[in-house]
Amino acid sequence: MKTLADLKKIREKAQEDMKLRGGNVRIKIVVGMGTSGIAMGAREVMKTFLEEIAARNLSDVLVTQTGEKGLSSMEPVVDLIEEGKPKVTYGNMNPDKVKKVVVEHIVNGRVVSDYVVSTGD
Amino acid sequence: MSLKRIDLLICCGSGCVSAGALKIKERFHEVLKEHKITSEVNIIETGCMGPCDYGPVMVIYPEGIFYKKVTVDDVAEIVGEHFVKGRPVARLMMQEEEKTISAQKDVPFYQKQVKVALGNCGYIDPESMDEYIATGGYEALGTVLTEMKPQDAINVIKESGLRGRGGGGFPTHIKWQMVHDRKADQKYIICNGDEGDPGAFMDRSLLEGDPHRILEGMMIAAYSMGASQGYFYIRAEYPLAIKRIKMAIEQAKEVGLMGENIFDSGFSFDAEVRTGAGAFVCGEEMALIHSIEGERGNPTPKPPYPAVQGLWGKPTVVNNVETIGNIPTIFRKGAEWFAGMGSEKSKGTKVFALTGDVKNTGLVEVPMGITLRELIFDVGGGMIGDHKFKAVQLGGPSGGCLTVDHLDTGVDYESLKERGAMMGSGGVIVMNDEKCMVNVAKFFMDFCVEESCGKCSPCRIGLKQMLEILERITDGYGREGDIEELQRLGESISKLSLCGLGQTAPNPVLSTIRYFRDEYESHIRDRSCATKVCNDLMHYDIDKDRCIGCSLCARKCPTVCITGSRDEKYTIHQTGCVKCGNCFDVCPVKAIDKVPGMHPEIVEHRAAVANAKNPYDD
Repeated sequence: MKTLADLKKIREKAQEDMKLRGGNVRIKIVVGMGTSGIAMGAREVMKTFLEEIAARNLSDVLVTQTGEKGLSSMEPVVDLIEEGKPKVTYGNMNPDKVKKVVVEHIVNGRVVSDYVVSTGD
Repeated sequence: MSLKRIDLLICCGSGCVSAGALKIKERFHEVLKEHKITSEVNIIETGCMGPCDYGPVMVIYPEGIFYKKVTVDDVAEIVGEHFVKGRPVARLMMQEEEKTISAQKDVPFYQKQVKVALGNCGYIDPESMDEYIATGGYEALGTVLTEMKPQDAINVIKESGLRGRGGGGFPTHIKWQMVHDRKADQKYIICNGDEGDPGAFMDRSLLEGDPHRILEGMMIAAYSMGASQGYFYIRAEYPLAIKRIKMAIEQAKEVGLMGENIFDSGFSFDAEVRTGAGAFVCGEEMALIHSIEGERGNPTPKPPYPAVQGLWGKPTVVNNVETIGNIPTIFRKGAEWFAGMGSEKSKGTKVFALTGDVKNTGLVEVPMGITLRELIFDVGGGMIGDHKFKAVQLGGPSGGCLTVDHLDTGVDYESLKERGAMMGSGGVIVMNDEKCMVNVAKFFMDFCVEESCGKCSPCRIGLKQMLEILERITDGYGREGDIEELQRLGESISKLSLCGLGQTAPNPVLSTIRYFRDEYESHIRDRSCATKVCNDLMHYDIDKDRCIGCSLCARKCPTVCITGSRDEKYTIHQTGCVKCGNCFDVCPVKAIDKVPGMHPEIVEHRAAVANAKNPYDD
C-alpha cells in the first residue's frame, strides 16, 4: 500500500463487510419471521434473499428480520424499505418470487405489483 | 456463499471475559450450528464496551440491540427467538424505571458519553485491521505523511489543545516540539502503557480494544518529531494487550503501513513491545526509560528531560496510551473540532474507569469539564442501594478525595488540582457513607510504601512514617498532634521527592485531612470510627432484650469469648473478641449490634497494659 487511494480501496471493501453495523444502506429487506411465517417458509425466503444478494454483490442492501407481522394469511411477508420511498410489502413469497423481486425491484427499481399486498406505512 | 444478516458483537473486555464471555461465544457457535444458520451470523469479539457491571454484554446489529448479563443458558433463547424468529429477548435488555431499553444508543449509560479515543472500542474486531480501516483508520497517517510537514502536524496538535492523559496534563505539542527541534541521529517515541493505579483499566481497554489506533497515533507522533523507532511499554499483567499490539504491528507491516518508506513519503518506522514487570514506579517516564534500557526501573533526576536525553541518551517522547489514542481522530476531524469540546484549558474528552459504589461501574469517556455530579449520577447511574454519596477519589494513589460539596466541580486538570485531587490517569473510585476516610488514606499509603522504589529517602522513609502514624490512628493509639505531623511530613515529601510517585503520594492523606478532618479527630480523641470500618475503634454488643439465648453465637465464636445461658442471655467478653463478625452473621434474631467506638473494657485493658510495671524493672 503506497497511496491514499490504495487505502480507500481497502476501506470501501471493509465498510461493505461492516454494513450491518450501520452505514451506507439503500434498501432494507425485512422478513417476517413469526411462527406462522416460518411455517409458511420464511426461512427459505430469507435464505434466498441472502444468497441472491451475495451472488449479485449488492453491497448496499441489508437483510434483516422481524417477528409476527399480523398478516398470517399472506405469509411469508417481506417489507422492502427504501430511503425516501413508501414501504412496499410483498406477501405469499417463495424463493422463485424472491429472485424476481431481487431482479426487478432491487436491481431495476421496478416494484413487482403482482406480489404487493400493501404500500406505505 | 451466503450474505451475513446479523453481526453479533460480544464484548470481550477483561470484565466480560471473567464473567464468562468466551464460554458464551463458544455456545453461540454450537447453537448456530444446531439451527444451521452459522453462515448468516458474524460473531465478533470486541474490546470493552464500557458497562462492565452488566457483563457479559453484547450488541446485535443491524438493530443495535443491547443485551446485558447474558449467561450460557440464555444463548439458545437468543438464537431461537431473536436470530431465527426476529423477536428480541426483552428480559435481557436494560431496564430503566420499568421501561425496557432495546437499542444500545438509548441506554442512559451511553447518553452523556462522547467517544473519541474509545470510538471503536466495542464496535470493531480489534484483531482485524480491515475493520479499523473501515472506520477511517490510517487515513490520518496517510494524509499527514503525504500532505503535511512535521511542523504542520505539531501545529495541529497545538491548536487542538491536547494534553497528556497520563496524569500530569503536560501539553503534548510542547514535548513533540522539543524533540522535533533537537538534532540527533536517532529519536524515539515511547507509548506508556504501564497502567498501575488500583482500579484503573483505561489504557488496557484501549490497547486491547483498538490496537491499530494506538499504532497509527504513534506513527503520526513519530513522523512529527522525526523518530523512526517506537516502543510500547506494557505491563506483563496485560497479556491480551501485548498480543493485540504485536498482532497489529504484524498486520501493518504486512501491507506496508509500517516499515520502510510508508506511503511513499520517505518516512520509515518500526515499533516493538517491551513488557514491564508490574512496578508502579515504571509508569514514571525516567524509570520507564531505564527499564526499557534493561536497567533497574528507577527514576533519575530531571533535567535532563527525556526530550533532551531520553532512551539510550537520545531525544525521546513518552506519551500515554490515551493521549496517543486521541491523535488519529484529531487529524481526521480537525483540531478545531477537538478544541470545541471541554473547558477553557482542558480540551477534548477523558476516559475514566468508574468503580466503587456506583451502579454502572465501567469504562466511560466524557467531555472534559463535565461535572462530577453528571459523571457519577448520570453516567454512573448513582449510588448502589440506599446509601449516600460520601466521597470520590480521583487520580488513584496520586490523587485526592473530593466531597459532596465538590459535586458541581467541572472535571478538568486545573479545577481538580485546585481542590486537592488530580485528573491522574482516570481512575474514579466512588465511595458511599460506609467508607472510613482514614482507612482509605491508609490503603493508598500502604500501596505507595509498597511501590516506592527506595531510591530517594523522603519517599522511602517519609511514606513509611506516614503509614505508621495512620496505622496507629486506626488501631486506636492515635495521639494529639498526629494530624499536624501527617501534614508536615506530607508537605515535605511532596517537595523533596525525586519523582512523581513520592511527590504525589501524600495527596490522598492530605486531601482527606482537608475535607474529613473531623473523622481523623474522632479516631484520635474519641477512639471511635463512625463507619465501623476500623476494627479497633468499634465493637460488637449483644442486646439482652432481643437475645433469645439460643447459644449459636457462642458456638460460632472462634475465640470462645461469648458466654451465657438461656436464662441469663449471652455476653461478649470484649478483651478476647477478635471482631471476626461471626456472631453478628449467625444471630437468628439480629440481637447483635455493631457499635462505633472502643468498648470501655478495652480502654481499661489497654491502660492496664500500658501502666503495668515490668517485674524485672526496678
